[in-house]
Amino acid sequence: MHTELFSNTIWILVVLFFAFVIVGLFGNRLKPMLSGAISTAAILFAAVISYTTAYFYFFEQGMIDGKYAMLIPFEHEWLRFADTLIINMGIMIDPISVMMLVVVTTVSSMVHIYSFGYMKGEKGFERYYAFLSLFSFSMLGLVMSTNLFQMYIFWELVGVSSYLLIGFYYQKPSAVAASKKAFIVTRFADLGFLIGILLLSYYTRTFDFATLLGPDSTAISSMTGLSFMGISTITWVMVLIFMGGAGKSAMFPLHIWLPDAMEGPTPVSALIHAATMVVAGVFLVARLFGIYIGAPDALAVIAFIGAFTSLFAAIIAVTQNDIKRVLAFSTISQIGYMMLALGVSGYGGEEGLGFMASMFHLFTHAMFKALLFLGAGAVIHAVHSNYMSEMGSLRKYLPITHITFLIAALAISGIPPFAGFFSKDEILVAAWANNQLYFWTEWFVAGLTAFYMFRLYFSVFCGENRNYEKKPHEAPVSMLIALVYLAIASAVVGFIPFSQLVTSDGIPFDIHFHWNIALPSIGIALVGIGIAAWMYLKPGTAADKMAASMPGLYKLSLNKFYIDEVWLWITHKIIFKGISTPIAWFDKHVVDGSMNGIAWVTQRVSEKSKGLQSGQLQQYGYAMVLGAVAFVLLLLYWGAR
Amino acid sequence: MIEGIGVFDVLVVSTAMFFIGIYGFLVRKNLITILMSVELVLNAVVINFVIFNKYLYPEMLQGYMFGLFAIGIAAAEAAVAIAIILNVFRRMKGIDVEHVDTMKY
Repeated sequence: MHTELFSNTIWILVVLFFAFVIVGLFGNRLKPMLSGAISTAAILFAAVISYTTAYFYFFEQGMIDGKYAMLIPFEHEWLRFADTLIINMGIMIDPISVMMLVVVTTVSSMVHIYSFGYMKGEKGFERYYAFLSLFSFSMLGLVMSTNLFQMYIFWELVGVSSYLLIGFYYQKPSAVAASKKAFIVTRFADLGFLIGILLLSYYTRTFDFATLLGPDSTAISSMTGLSFMGISTITWVMVLIFMGGAGKSAMFPLHIWLPDAMEGPTPVSALIHAATMVVAGVFLVARLFGIYIGAPDALAVIAFIGAFTSLFAAIIAVTQNDIKRVLAFSTISQIGYMMLALGVSGYGGEEGLGFMASMFHLFTHAMFKALLFLGAGAVIHAVHSNYMSEMGSLRKYLPITHITFLIAALAISGIPPFAGFFSKDEILVAAWANNQLYFWTEWFVAGLTAFYMFRLYFSVFCGENRNYEKKPHEAPVSMLIALVYLAIASAVVGFIPFSQLVTSDGIPFDIHFHWNIALPSIGIALVGIGIAAWMYLKPGTAADKMAASMPGLYKLSLNKFYIDEVWLWITHKIIFKGISTPIAWFDKHVVDGSMNGIAWVTQRVSEKSKGLQSGQLQQYGYAMVLGAVAFVLLLLYWGAR
Repeated sequence: MIEGIGVFDVLVVSTAMFFIGIYGFLVRKNLITILMSVELVLNAVVINFVIFNKYLYPEMLQGYMFGLFAIGIAAAEAAVAIAIILNVFRRMKGIDVEHVDTMKY
């Protein structure tokens, strides 16, 4: 009875898919504005259903026996390979999927509306909207998957739409290279994910989340006692699955595609590479958290990689000059926070604080990071440049963008009462309870975050009066709607009582406010902002002096710690030279060679033997008669024996 | 059975006819003669049908009927063969079998 209430969620996927098909197939025959309107109407429809679903799930129908239940309103058998191997397609409604529905449809709707202004007059306007619909369809399908296999399909679909949108300006070589890089790096990570899925389903004999995570799950017990190379099997499986998540979520060392992905249109960066797709990895870990809890070593790996990535990316973000790249590294850093929170979390009740904090931060981060990107888009739209050095004092020209950007910057820096403060605070509490080293790392990263965010803010919106050749103009109304809506969201979503709604086991719990955690984190955020103000508010040499005082670190950070170069070296020197070249040789000389050899032999034999086909009837006659005689003799011989 | 002529005698005749036909088929160059040789082979077989029927199952008729059938077929086949030979003659200006080799490899 509960499940039927939510069966209308299937329409989210249906409508978005048809919007993609219609706009994709017939877009070039429609007016660009009409195809944009079709896509936007579809996503707004999806948003309405998602909001009502969230309302009914969290406040009316979702709670069963004091626990938010995992409901499957729709499921259909899709592939039946054998009686033990069945793959279903369906829709799952539980706290995290409902939360993701709200996040994805909110940001996606705003990006659709925003793009009317931002992409106006672009060639391929309708193609852009078709891809946006495809992305929204796949992302929502991903979060509502009922089993790992369906999730994997949508996971790849999300990757494809990301690839298509990064390469939207397909005549620009850098965009093409970036799209390929994103696709290949995430594909490489998905190899681990696929192996993990296969291993997990091999031991548990199922793909279904309901069976894997349910009360009588055998996921953990089926693998107890098994180990491979000294590490238990369950750790291997869960780390391999996390590898897929790390690729999508741009965790070190697979983060290299995300900064390049900024070659796509800015609203795409806001939607895919800030708010929704890149948190798919966090979502994946959260979805399988019931199994991860049985693999504490895998969780330790996640926590370590999350913490390291957040620090690493924050250091890089400090020196970048491209406004979108700062935001990209900031995204990587913030996703590191979410991963760390999952990694330090336990299961159930207050033990699951990290899980709750991670989801909370995912939610708030989606709002303010999408807002930051859309604000950056408005700035780029006004100045026609990505570089901070060509901006300044834009406060006067773009008043509304300025206010919304400031709200987002305060939110990400963790200044109360904006959203980021609450979620980051919960993460810090969870980290403190687990390992103080993690706490101090994240505390320091919070300061760095505030510093680079306000470095960006001051150098773009404040500073000396600049003479622009063309006077920058405020963004059109469609863009401002999105900015204002997300700014309001960034300001208020921190007050959502997340611990009452989204928890690791579905049972609400109460959180306690920790002043001893909150005050230091506000303190370091203010210090970060203060240093940024001192260095960048007044034009001066403070920043250059600082850079000159630690030339090594500055250079490392500016060049992103040369991770791209390391990967290039690995791919070129080791993979291409050591593996691909011998394989190519083997293919050319052994595989192709044996086939060519057979063809050569056949050709020569037929060339030599074609004389037999002389056209002389009587030769054939001779052959036939001789054959018949031989046959008779043979029969006589065998008969006589 | 006609007095004084046994099965063996008839079989000698049919075997002789058969191999004369084969020989003619293999060595003669004229298509018409080859056709005649083929007819010899066929008729040797028809003789075998008849004589074995008479000797083995005198109360049955299958062998005779099959012999008649083969004669009918042979007649039709001869008509077709001669039509082909006429066309070959028109095309090749001759009916020497060694020159009819345009369909080789």
